[in-house]
Amino acid sequence: MSELKKYKELALGGNIEKGGTAVDFKTGDWRSSRPIYHPENCIQCLFCWVYCPDSAVILKDGKVTGFNLDHCKGCGICAHECPGKKKVKAITMEEEVK
Amino acid sequence: MQKIILAKTGNEAMALAMKQVNPDVVAAYPITPATEIVQIFSQYVADGEVKTEFVAVESEHSAMSACIGSAAAGARTMTGTSSQGLALMYEMIYIAAGLRLPIVMADVNRALSAPINIHCDHSDTMGCRDAGWIHIFSENAQEAYDSMIQAVRIAEHQDVRLPVMVTTDGFIISHGMERIDTLPDADVQSFIGKYDPMMHLLDVKKPFTVGAINLTDYYFEHRRAMVDAQNNALKVIKEVGQEFGKKFDTNYGLIEKYQLDDAEVAIVALGSTCGTSKVVIDKLRQQGVKAGLLKVRVFRPFPTEEIARALENIRTVAVLDRSDSVGGFGGPVFTEIRSALYGSAKKPQISGVVYGLGGREIDMEQIEGLFMDLKAGKVKADAVSYLGVRE
Ligand code: SF4
Ligand code: SF4
Repeated sequence: MSELKKYKELALGGNIEKGGTAVDFKTGDWRSSRPIYHPENCIQCLFCWVYCPDSAVILKDGKVTGFNLDHCKGCGICAHECPGKKKVKAITMEEEVK
Repeated sequence: MQKIILAKTGNEAMALAMKQVNPDVVAAYPITPATEIVQIFSQYVADGEVKTEFVAVESEHSAMSACIGSAAAGARTMTGTSSQGLALMYEMIYIAAGLRLPIVMADVNRALSAPINIHCDHSDTMGCRDAGWIHIFSENAQEAYDSMIQAVRIAEHQDVRLPVMVTTDGFIISHGMERIDTLPDADVQSFIGKYDPMMHLLDVKKPFTVGAINLTDYYFEHRRAMVDAQNNALKVIKEVGQEFGKKFDTNYGLIEKYQLDDAEVAIVALGSTCGTSKVVIDKLRQQGVKAGLLKVRVFRPFPTEEIARALENIRTVAVLDRSDSVGGFGGPVFTEIRSALYGSAKKPQISGVVYGLGGREIDMEQIEGLFMDLKAGKVKADAVSYLGVRE
C-alpha cells in the first residue's frame, strides 16, 4: 500500500476521484471455498461469466480460462449455474485449506 | 434596491426565501409546526413559480436521503422539517455532512417526544450539534428569511461545503405574523449566484465514487477535515453576513451584543427569547440597571473566542438553554460557554438556566426577575437551575 495521505490531501467528503477503482481493492482474501475449473467438461456457454457477481471469471478470446482469485469471493454461483458436459460440471467448489 | 414590505409568519417567510432561491430539488415530508414551509413551497411548484423538482417522499429519512442523492448529483437542494422528523433523519444528517453536501434545511425547533409535544424547544436541532452541520438560530421571521438566503452562500462556499440548518422557534416564530422586509427575486438570485457543484455524479466525463468505506486508515482524517471546514465557516458566515448588510442594509455576524459592553449583568440566549430580553433590557436600562444580552446566532461553528471576549468583563452571566442535556451539567449552550471562558484571565460568575421546555412560556416578568436575581447575587454561580417549572 502506498503512503497514507494527510487529511488536507484528501478529496472532499471521502470521494474517490476516478472510476473503476474496485479492481484495486483485493476482496478475495476472505473466501472460504474456491472454484476449480475442469476445462475438459466446459462447453464455453459463458454462464459462469454472466452470473459471477464479482466479474471474477477470466475470459481470453471469448473463452473461459479460469478465475481471478483476488476478487472471487467463493460464492459458488458459477459452479451452481455451470451445465457442464453430459451433466458433469466444469466448475466444482473446493474448500480453502491454508 | 426597493425592499418589499410584507406581513409573513416565520414559515411563510422561509418558504418565500426558498422560492426566491429557486433550488433545483426540494425533498420533504410534512411535520408540525414546519409543515407550512414545504406545503407553501409545493404550491409554488404546482403554480410553476419555481423550476424546482419537488420530491414528495414517504418519511423524513427518505427526505434527507433524497436530498443527499440530489446534492451528490450536483443539484442545489433544500428541505424543511422539525422535531421527530429531524430525529428520523438523524442517520442521514451525519451522512449529508460527512459527504460535504451543501444542503440547506429549514428546521422549526420543537420538543422531542415523550411526552409528545408540538411546541418550541431546541432539543431537536441540539441533538444534531455534533453532526457537522452549520446551525443558525433566528430571533424572528426577518432573520429566518435573511438567513435562509445567506445559508445557500455559506453552504456552497468552497472553503466550507457543509450543510446548513436555519431554525426558528416553533409557533412563536413559525406561526407568528410579522412585518418583514423582503427582497426582489432578482436581488436574491444575484446574491446567491450560480451554483458550482465542483464535483457531481451527473458529470459522466469525470466518474467518481461517493460514500466509499473508510476504516481505521482514513475515517479520522475525513472527520478532521470537517473541523477545518467548520472553522473556515466562522469567517465565511461573517463575510456573507457583511455582504448581505452592504447590499441590503442589515449586517449579520456570529453573535449579537445588545447593551452588552458596559453591562454588569447579562444573559445569553438563542432565538425568539432574545427579542423578549431586549425589551426587558430597555426597561431595566431606564431604571439604571446595567443589563445586557449576548445573542448566539450561530451555534455551529461555535464562536468560542468571540463569545469569551464578549463576556469576560461582565460581572454576572446567566446562560439560557431551551433544551437540557439530561444527566449532564446543564444545557448545551451553558456547557460550551462556560468552557469557552475557562481560559480567560477574568471571567464572570456564570450559571446555567434551563427554561421553556415543551413550549413553556417565558415572559418579560420572568426575564426581568432573572436579571434582578442576578444583580442581587441570588443566582448560584457554577450551578444549573430550572426557570418556570413547578418544583
Ligand atoms: S465463486 Fe462466485 S465470485 Fe468466484 S468466480 Fe464463481 S461466481 Fe464468481
Ligand atoms: S458455465 Fe461451465 S460450461 Fe459454461 S463456460 Fe462456465 S465453466 Fe464452461
